[in-house]
Amino acid sequence: MTTFRPNSVGRPIKRREDPRLIRGLATYTDDVKLPRMTYAAFVRSDFAAGAIRSIDTSAAAAHPGVVGVYTYADLDGKVGATPIGVEIPGMPDHPLLANGRVLYVGHPVAVVVAETTYAARDAAALVEVDIEPREAVVDVEAAIAAGAPKVYEELDSNVCLQVPAPNPEADKLFEQADRTLSIRLLNQRVAPFPMEGRAICAHWEEGPGKLTIWTSNQAPHSVKQQIAMCLGIPEIRIRAIAPEVGGGFGAKIPTYAEDALLCWVSRDLKRPVKWAETRTENLLGMTHGRGHVEKIDVAFQSDGRVLALKGQTIADIGAFRSFFGPFIALSTHTMSCGCYDIKAVAWETSSVFTNTMATEAYRGAGRPEAAYIIERVMDEVAAATGLDPVAVRRRNFISKDVFPHTTPSGATYDTGDYEKPLDRLIELAGYDEARAAQRSAREEGRLVGIGLATFTEVCGLGPSTGATPQQRMGTWESATVRVEPTGNVTVYTGVSPHGQGQETVFAQMAADAFGVGLDDVLVVHGDTDQVQHGVGTFGSRGIAVGGAALDMALVKVHAKATRIAAHHLDAPVDQIDYEDGKFTVSGTDRTLTFREVAEKAHLWNVNVPGEEPGLEAVARFEPSATTFPFGAHLCQVEIDPESGQIEIQRYVAVDDFGEVLNPMLADGQRLGGVVQGIGQAMWEEIQYDEGGQLLSGTLMDYAVPRAKHFPRMELDNTVTPTPINPLGAKGIGELGTIGATPCIVNAIVDALRPLGITNIDMPAKPERIWQAIQSAGAA
Amino acid sequence: MPDTVPVTVTVNGSKHEREVEPRTLLVHFLREELDLTGAHVGCESTLCGACTVHLDGRAVKSCTVLAVQADGQEVTTIEGLAASADELHPLQVGFWEKHGLQCGYCTPGMIMAAKQLLDDNPNPTEAEIREAIDGNICRCTGYQQIVDAVQHAADVAGAA
Repeated sequence: MTTFRPNSVGRPIKRREDPRLIRGLATYTDDVKLPRMTYAAFVRSDFAAGAIRSIDTSAAAAHPGVVGVYTYADLDGKVGATPIGVEIPGMPDHPLLANGRVLYVGHPVAVVVAETTYAARDAAALVEVDIEPREAVVDVEAAIAAGAPKVYEELDSNVCLQVPAPNPEADKLFEQADRTLSIRLLNQRVAPFPMEGRAICAHWEEGPGKLTIWTSNQAPHSVKQQIAMCLGIPEIRIRAIAPEVGGGFGAKIPTYAEDALLCWVSRDLKRPVKWAETRTENLLGMTHGRGHVEKIDVAFQSDGRVLALKGQTIADIGAFRSFFGPFIALSTHTMSCGCYDIKAVAWETSSVFTNTMATEAYRGAGRPEAAYIIERVMDEVAAATGLDPVAVRRRNFISKDVFPHTTPSGATYDTGDYEKPLDRLIELAGYDEARAAQRSAREEGRLVGIGLATFTEVCGLGPSTGATPQQRMGTWESATVRVEPTGNVTVYTGVSPHGQGQETVFAQMAADAFGVGLDDVLVVHGDTDQVQHGVGTFGSRGIAVGGAALDMALVKVHAKATRIAAHHLDAPVDQIDYEDGKFTVSGTDRTLTFREVAEKAHLWNVNVPGEEPGLEAVARFEPSATTFPFGAHLCQVEIDPESGQIEIQRYVAVDDFGEVLNPMLADGQRLGGVVQGIGQAMWEEIQYDEGGQLLSGTLMDYAVPRAKHFPRMELDNTVTPTPINPLGAKGIGELGTIGATPCIVNAIVDALRPLGITNIDMPAKPERIWQAIQSAGAA
Repeated sequence: MPDTVPVTVTVNGSKHEREVEPRTLLVHFLREELDLTGAHVGCESTLCGACTVHLDGRAVKSCTVLAVQADGQEVTTIEGLAASADELHPLQVGFWEKHGLQCGYCTPGMIMAAKQLLDDNPNPTEAEIREAIDGNICRCTGYQQIVDAVQHAADVAGAA
């Protein structure tokens, strides 16, 4: 738990951020209004691949209200390329607007700026783009086939990054194993679909020579840095603000071409320019997630012991390198062992270009794919050996006595006790009774399935030195604690929460440190002019890294307050006791309150030798390693054989994410994560046709989970702290999503297994289930 | 510039007269003309519910209602839901107490849709709540705490 005695921390404190949100008084980017505002609309490619023969902007430029129309020709030589997080030498840059060729449907070709959004959209429709289409490559497996059309003609192939990790030990174990099995798994492309799409308001002020960008983003300090590099504006003249941000899920980590472009346009026009994407633009042009094809071979013993894995990941990274895009798939290999003591792993990862929108981190980013693989494998091993899926998992668990544990795929797990949540899950779910009821249902011919997932994942990535030299982002986080003369406290955090609730949790931590009330603490984030340099919110790092930085800053301020109190109380520091906001000379009634110390620290009418006036500290936490939360999920489904419709009857999740700072908010993260994971398992899919046209470009075609799809979920947790940070907390943002997807698919396959069905690809739509049942019946 | 037409709409008890393009959507009228930015645009196609407001006492998705269709009528938005600036509506209390929101983008629309439910059915079951908010998407919460929030509001209102 925190360094300070928990009082508020650990309790289900309701959120400080909510009053503005529930009253409609919050400011999202599209709510920003500035004098002389202009509005942008993009002209996007209707073709997935082709050469731009000409662009005629004359009608658009002449349209009433239009103040500017820009194409690549206006930018050439004046700006850099679309920002990326990790360089790959030899790979083409991605210009801010299409330069001579289009690479995917939705590729921005021109931007129109006008006095109103309506005028901008009207005029954008008047821009004539003449494209000579050429053959697109859309399917990722087709893209690596010999003779495939190339996304980039100047490259040798569509492979952007290939990382082979052969292992002779795995080959040996495959020869020795009693049995082997092979499975091909699809982790389909999905849309992150934050409720607020991308939105940008760029404001260049010619007088002070300053650029302010409001952008719906998870990492505003990165935006500032990337815009500076792209546009050649010194970063000291850039202020990036992530105001209220309506969800991100990884897709708001990148600094997009549109971000940089509109900053440049604002400077060119000397007027502010705003753009909020439509939902169709969001589905076309916000980065997608997943998009993996995996071929897995498993060597195992007749008693259910899994000895070795051989895997091949083919990751569809779309038409250009997004911020982390080509690297996301590498963590699938790293996390391939899950929570199992597997002896050897051989893998090959290929990140491959296709003529589709780029993919990027999406809630889990490579780890959900890994959990999906190993949890599906465990169920297939159970089926092959005739063992219960619980027994197979227990047989393979890494023992709780061997942590820290380094897997053969290169991950070093901090702590783990995988039996603990599984035991609790089995008790809570009444596993044996559920299996008995399933047997009875099967005798009646009903298709009832029970699915399990016992998984581990990665949070709060670190250390920074573990990143590749080409990575443009550290893994540390920052916090400043500034005590005002009244004793009120302002916390400035480098994380950039957008729903996670750090305004509340960090206030809880500061309140506990100094004995002040929650209302006496203000948490500031998401503004590079206010907050010292920070990294951002992604990869479940808000508490595990950002909270750890805050704990360090609180410790520093508390120590200084203690020294100031000691001087005023005329006692040595080691004789000062602190409790509930009071500094007391040990064994006496001589006391100063924290607020009195804060006042003295600022008035400074009594000099404290060796100290500077004021009461403030900045701290940066650099994680020495990464944390690995884990959990055990169970769900029960029943399938209607006539329609293929799946009813989720029960979902139980027991997770272990270390210490819990606010259980109500933790539940929120878990419930939301589980539903997002189920969304991928059952409904969600970004689909392109073979020519690269997006088929799922509206909510009529892209199925996001809705309230009535779900039963009441049952949650519990166990506590295995991490030693990696002073809070003992591991991180929670992505865990639900990682556990839920394999859990649901295992339940669906379990329901269908009596029919001889051994796999269902996601999304497990009724049509797909119905067809599988029909094929099984015909066989 | 395009032709405009006059509209008069009473929003949260105040009468507003404006000249707008006939194609102006009610949500844009509220956000751009009246600076009421609580209703959010989430899909521009009636499918996500982030823009839900009440028009003459019925929940509507203001992204597919024209401002001219609201002419002469009364609109209530999230900003006008509570009885006064110092108070919260029971639904707002419920969402706060039960952690019925995370990023908050869907929340105003979700609350206005839930208000329609409680207006029609002050004592809904969980299934009825889930059905009633089926036209509103939340991507953060997984809905369970929203269900609890609406239930809490019903309980509070019932006890009052």
